[in-house]
Amino acid sequence: MDFGLSEEQTLLQDTVKRFAQAECPSTRVRQVMESDDGHDPALWQGLAELGVAGMTVPTEHGGAGLELLDLALIADVLGWAATPGPFLGNAMATTALCASDSDAQNQWLPGVATGETLLTVAFGEGIGEWDAGAVETKATGGKLSGVKSLVPYAGVSDALIVSAMDGDGPGLWAVERGASGMQISALTGNDQTRRVSRVHFDGTPATKIAAGRTAADRARDVGLVLLAADASGGAHRCLEMTTDYALTREQFGQIIGAFQGVKHQLANLACDLEPAVSLWWYAAHAFDHINDKSERHAALSKAHLTDLYDTTVRYAIELHGGIGFTWEYDLHLWFRRAMFDRAFLGESSYHRRRAADLAGW
Amino acid sequence: MNLKYSKDYQRFREEVRQFIKDHWTEEDVAANPQLSEMAQGLGSSPRTDERATAFRRAAAERGYMYRHVPRAYGGGEQAPDPLKATILVEELKAAKAPVELMSQGPAMLVPTLLAHGTEEQKKQYVESTLLGHVRWCQGYSEPGAGSDLASLRTSGVLEGDHWVVNGQKIWTSNAREADMMFALIRTEPDEPKHDGISYLLIDMKTQGIDVRPLRQMDGDAHFNEVFLDNVRVPRDSVVGERGQGWYVSRSTLKAERALIGNASMARRTFDGAVALAQMTQVRGRPAIEDPVIRDRLTDLESRVLAAEYNGFRLLTESAKGHDGGLAGLVTKLHTSTLAHDVSKLAMNISSDAAMLAPGEEHAPFAGMLVQSYIMYYALAIGGGAPNIQRNVIGERGLGLPRDPRR
Ligand SMILES: Cc1cc2nc3c(=O)[nH]c(=O)nc-3n(C[C@H](O)[C@H](O)[C@H](O)COP(=O)(O)OP(=O)(O)OC[C@H]3O[C@@H](n4cnc5c(N)ncnc54)[C@H](O)[C@@H]3O)c2cc1C
Repeated sequence: MDFGLSEEQTLLQDTVKRFAQAECPSTRVRQVMESDDGHDPALWQGLAELGVAGMTVPTEHGGAGLELLDLALIADVLGWAATPGPFLGNAMATTALCASDSDAQNQWLPGVATGETLLTVAFGEGIGEWDAGAVETKATGGKLSGVKSLVPYAGVSDALIVSAMDGDGPGLWAVERGASGMQISALTGNDQTRRVSRVHFDGTPATKIAAGRTAADRARDVGLVLLAADASGGAHRCLEMTTDYALTREQFGQIIGAFQGVKHQLANLACDLEPAVSLWWYAAHAFDHINDKSERHAALSKAHLTDLYDTTVRYAIELHGGIGFTWEYDLHLWFRRAMFDRAFLGESSYHRRRAADLAGW
Repeated sequence: MNLKYSKDYQRFREEVRQFIKDHWTEEDVAANPQLSEMAQGLGSSPRTDERATAFRRAAAERGYMYRHVPRAYGGGEQAPDPLKATILVEELKAAKAPVELMSQGPAMLVPTLLAHGTEEQKKQYVESTLLGHVRWCQGYSEPGAGSDLASLRTSGVLEGDHWVVNGQKIWTSNAREADMMFALIRTEPDEPKHDGISYLLIDMKTQGIDVRPLRQMDGDAHFNEVFLDNVRVPRDSVVGERGQGWYVSRSTLKAERALIGNASMARRTFDGAVALAQMTQVRGRPAIEDPVIRDRLTDLESRVLAAEYNGFRLLTESAKGHDGGLAGLVTKLHTSTLAHDVSKLAMNISSDAAMLAPGEEHAPFAGMLVQSYIMYYALAIGGGAPNIQRNVIGERGLGLPRDPRR
């Protein structure tokens, strides 16, 4: 029994963290936030060189063939650093492909492994509908029609993996960049470090890559775990920033961290956050190794960590006082990330309801 | 990370099953009719009779019980292995067989003796304590010394071969049933407050000890006041060095935090709460179908799981010889808050039946629910009140300044 990280995993995490510290300080985050598409190809390429893009791509397609826990450790760091970019959608699409037919894998995965090809997923519809079995987008004769909301980085992706229905039920289709009848409208999100668009399909040519809902469900679970890890990293960063601040800010003749009211709020946050790390570790591990627990744990950990992130950010801002509420101060970067993490792929109560259903209660 | 029940573990499970079958018969189960499955979920009473003792002995010999305790003192002497521990608990529970005793003696004194006791003290007390033959109470708190424990004043003066002890302890759980007390006594009045304390083992039958029950808010009286009037305690009853009692007691307090910081209590209550929600009809519908209840249950389950996995993580760390850092410091506050929150939800699920006192026909789980709900308040305070835990986390975990101290 070993409930811990391997040396390789610790090393991987340290490496990515050093990269993020050097290449992605908040000044760069802000630059990317202010750009048109929220994508910094040089930053992404740097991450890809560390193996981030191809982490879970099988070795026969040129990837590292690692597991979700490895990838989630990276998501944790990216959340910590508030790193902008297409990591999440790309990772979900990669998982969907890995559960799809071999032609699609041969076509796309080698490019994904090097970071040259960027993919994303178009799963969500309307408000709050993420269930692959309930989508209204239709596929007939190799053409898609329908509207997808909240598609990450649609504008800069080489292909979209789209959930839709045909005569046989739910499935996944691949749509290439520039396909006819596809219209992308960028949405303004609260979190400018991760962009989303609405995508219309109107007789858009598409290739069916998977039948049934398994591939979409696996991709969703990856997304849920990665969001949980991002939330964990972000919440830890907020706690660190606030602790540092409490050690320097003076009022009433002493640093505010010496006041019990402040100390105790920070201790409470640590108390909730620290054990929760093991929850997403487990969920990530379960995804690859404990089949009957993976879906439920993905749901539970996403709901739990993103709620915690929200609470942590709230106290972090409060404990900073006025400065915490300014644009110049960086806290709101994480505040916005927390809003994204909580909402994307479905809110907490939705996933808790799913978890209750999955338990057979 | 590797959490697989490999072939070895599956074999281990089979061995444990067989062992239990061989050592714990239907007759043994029947001899002490246990509560229903669901009531068990909220806590069941351990046995210490002959059969249970024989079973625990055999289990320790096989390495199935008290796995961290050396064989020489009646333990199982095994490397830490959370998966094996989990398998053991699952199988013992399923067979309604005795589990490890978790009271103050086994859980707090034993680790202290193992770390600081003399060979004789270990021989004399460890095994008999693990089996429940010698029962202990903890004499730390005093009327004027609670959170600020080091300001305690009960004094011990060496006269010939004996310490003569005078003073008063308070909140002493189980003092009336206990055979012995492990106590902190001020033996060096001239030393600074932390350096003047010794850790003494005191026979509760010694002349001059007067135990008076205190009534608790749940109506019971598990705790007591203990008055010590010229109580003569043999000189060699000190654990560790004279005057070093504060530092010796640290391993007790650490063990206490680990005991209270264990996720099992929250888990048992949680399983009980789910069962309760499944069988309770509120306004004509099973409570489990109420979306708010489902949401709250799954929310709390995430926290229970986090606590359990955090325990795994800490065990993995300690097997590597690391201390758990922040993750270790938070466990007591985390799990005691959690146990409280879970039992509060169970009260909520019980709807208006929750207002019935234990003993009433329709009181949920024969009143056990109310009892555990109230018990968790004690859990939060005992071993360091929540604010004290927050200080520990803030100061030792996050590096914030210490509270002003005089
Ligand atoms: C059911 C039960 C069983 C117990 N069993 C035993 C036993 O067997 N043996 C034994 O020795 N003791 C036992 N205790 C005693 C327990 O350890 C003490 O009650 C506990 O340490 C708190 O001390 P106190 O009651 O004197 O509270 P106080 O120390 O007076 O504290 C009162 C309040 O002030 C707060 N406070 C105090 N100092 C600070 C500070 N610096 N910063 C912030 N807040 C502060 C505390 O958090 C608390 O909320 C038991 C207690 C209970 C409830």
